[in-house]
Amino acid sequence: MKIEAAANLPELKAIIQKSKRFDLIFSILGFLALLLAVMTFVVLFAQMAITGWERISPEFFTNFPSRRAGSAGILSALVGSILVMLVTAFAAIPLGVGAGIYLEEYAPKNLLTDIIEINVTNLAGVPSIVYGLLALGVFVYGFGLGQSILTAGLTLALLILPIIIVATRESIRAIPQHIREAAYGMGATKWQVVKDHIVPYSLSGILTGIIIGLSRAIGETAPIITIGALTFIAFLPPSPVGAEFPWINFEWLSSGFTVMPIQMFNWTSRPDEAFQVNAAAAGFILVLLTLSMNALAIFLRYRLRKNISW
Amino acid sequence: MSSTPNVSARFAKNRFRNTKELIIEIILFFAAFVSVATTVGIIWVLVSESIHFFEHVSFFDFVTDTLWTPLFEDAHYGIMPLLAGTLTTSLVALSVAIPLGTIIAIYLSEFANHKVREVVKPFLELLGGVPTIVYGYFALVVITPLLQIVFPELPGFSMLSAGLVMGVAIIPYISSLAEDAMRAVPMSMREGSYAAGATRLQTALRVVFPAALSGILSAYILGISRAVGETMIVAVAAGMQPNLTMNPMEPAQTISAYIVQVALGDLPHGSIGYQSIFAAGLALMLLTLVFNILGHLLRKRFREVY
Repeated sequence: MKIEAAANLPELKAIIQKSKRFDLIFSILGFLALLLAVMTFVVLFAQMAITGWERISPEFFTNFPSRRAGSAGILSALVGSILVMLVTAFAAIPLGVGAGIYLEEYAPKNLLTDIIEINVTNLAGVPSIVYGLLALGVFVYGFGLGQSILTAGLTLALLILPIIIVATRESIRAIPQHIREAAYGMGATKWQVVKDHIVPYSLSGILTGIIIGLSRAIGETAPIITIGALTFIAFLPPSPVGAEFPWINFEWLSSGFTVMPIQMFNWTSRPDEAFQVNAAAAGFILVLLTLSMNALAIFLRYRLRKNISW
Repeated sequence: MSSTPNVSARFAKNRFRNTKELIIEIILFFAAFVSVATTVGIIWVLVSESIHFFEHVSFFDFVTDTLWTPLFEDAHYGIMPLLAGTLTTSLVALSVAIPLGTIIAIYLSEFANHKVREVVKPFLELLGGVPTIVYGYFALVVITPLLQIVFPELPGFSMLSAGLVMGVAIIPYISSLAEDAMRAVPMSMREGSYAAGATRLQTALRVVFPAALSGILSAYILGISRAVGETMIVAVAAGMQPNLTMNPMEPAQTISAYIVQVALGDLPHGSIGYQSIFAAGLALMLLTLVFNILGHLLRKRFREVY
């Protein structure tokens, strides 16, 4: 028996060698695939930075779009993006966090809850342009809100709602049951448990979800084009803060607007080479914006994972 | 005996407390219900506008006509060219994203060491956060000229270029979900396989991959949904001409790109052109629905429980 095994040994070694070679080949393949994905991004970012660099100057941020590529800027798009995000945040944060809290802490086990849960999952897979059609039919013409900042903000709020709901639920689910039981044992009501324990403990997870949601919203183009946002805007919406009482006005909500990705789309789709430089510059700033938001979210999550011990 | 009035005062406070609790619960319920209202709104808008559309256009023409020219004098309303564009770009994208996404997922879950994974995973997440309009610009300005070196006859707009870039854009979605699915496979199964003398690759392909197949299929389904609904990359880089062809070397328009094209123009509310984008949107929704149902059936077929 022993002799037989010894006789097979070279053969066995060859088989092992061959299998290990496949291991190595796949490792290299996997690494190359990863490299391709990463390199695409690096090339994309570098290309925009190099091409757009000559256009990035203080004037680029303070000029309105123009017929001449050299003096065109992103002022109206940047202000538009900020104002739309303001509306989106105001609508999506309370709704998303509220829905997440309801589904985790309040919802009874019944058909309606099941429907809501399945629905949230399915909404995450709906193409973003369909949200644009919803907004066009309901917000623009149904409610008569027009092609305004309010419409755009609400549309994007609906779009990122599933992201915030899922993030809220996941971070609430990570809170151990005994925290709730201790609070109930002290005679706290459900709402007291939620506002004094559940929300504070899950806050960084919720915040991560909100930032990722908003960074997705700031780059969304299709739904905003669908509601009929203008691509050439050479004015600013009325200021939200005024000099006279009551200091705050809401006229800006119904103003026409453009946003960063639409401005970039507009420049990209022009045949004139000079505008491609503008597109690169706008894209560079847009990517920088979304990247820093995403990086912040990832940082928050990693920090959170390290610091938590129940 | 001064405690009696105290107790009733506390009961009164409780009643107030209970009302407050109830009101809060109702408010939170409505927040959760917004998502259902959104779905109902989407279906209602798409169906009701499409009904108006089909009052003018016969459903038979919609599915059999080979021309899509709603904005021309001689209007034709055949969805087929747009459908062909959508399917071709998606096919190109998925033939990039599914193999690469799967390989990356297997590599990260079974081969890469902890350090590599910790660095690469956030980076992949960042990739998924890049706005699609930026990818569209990249396809038009960088990838198309590169492809034209290899294929000199490639036009300035092509489904190939848009599809390839879209594929790269979808990789993070597929790789991250597929990796999660494979990491959820219990360690004991891998250990059993290693103990039987299998190598890493054999374990990954014959034990972990089949065990995680149901989750991996959901990753593919999400990828397909993204590809079918993707708008800005194809709107920028694939051209705006409806073209009944499955040849990726040609320019063509997808369903989503058509919606963008109409929205960029100034169509009056209630006109047939306005209604046509809702009919196109309905077709898009049905297409994603078909893939989702197929995926659901496949997942049920391959689901394994430990």
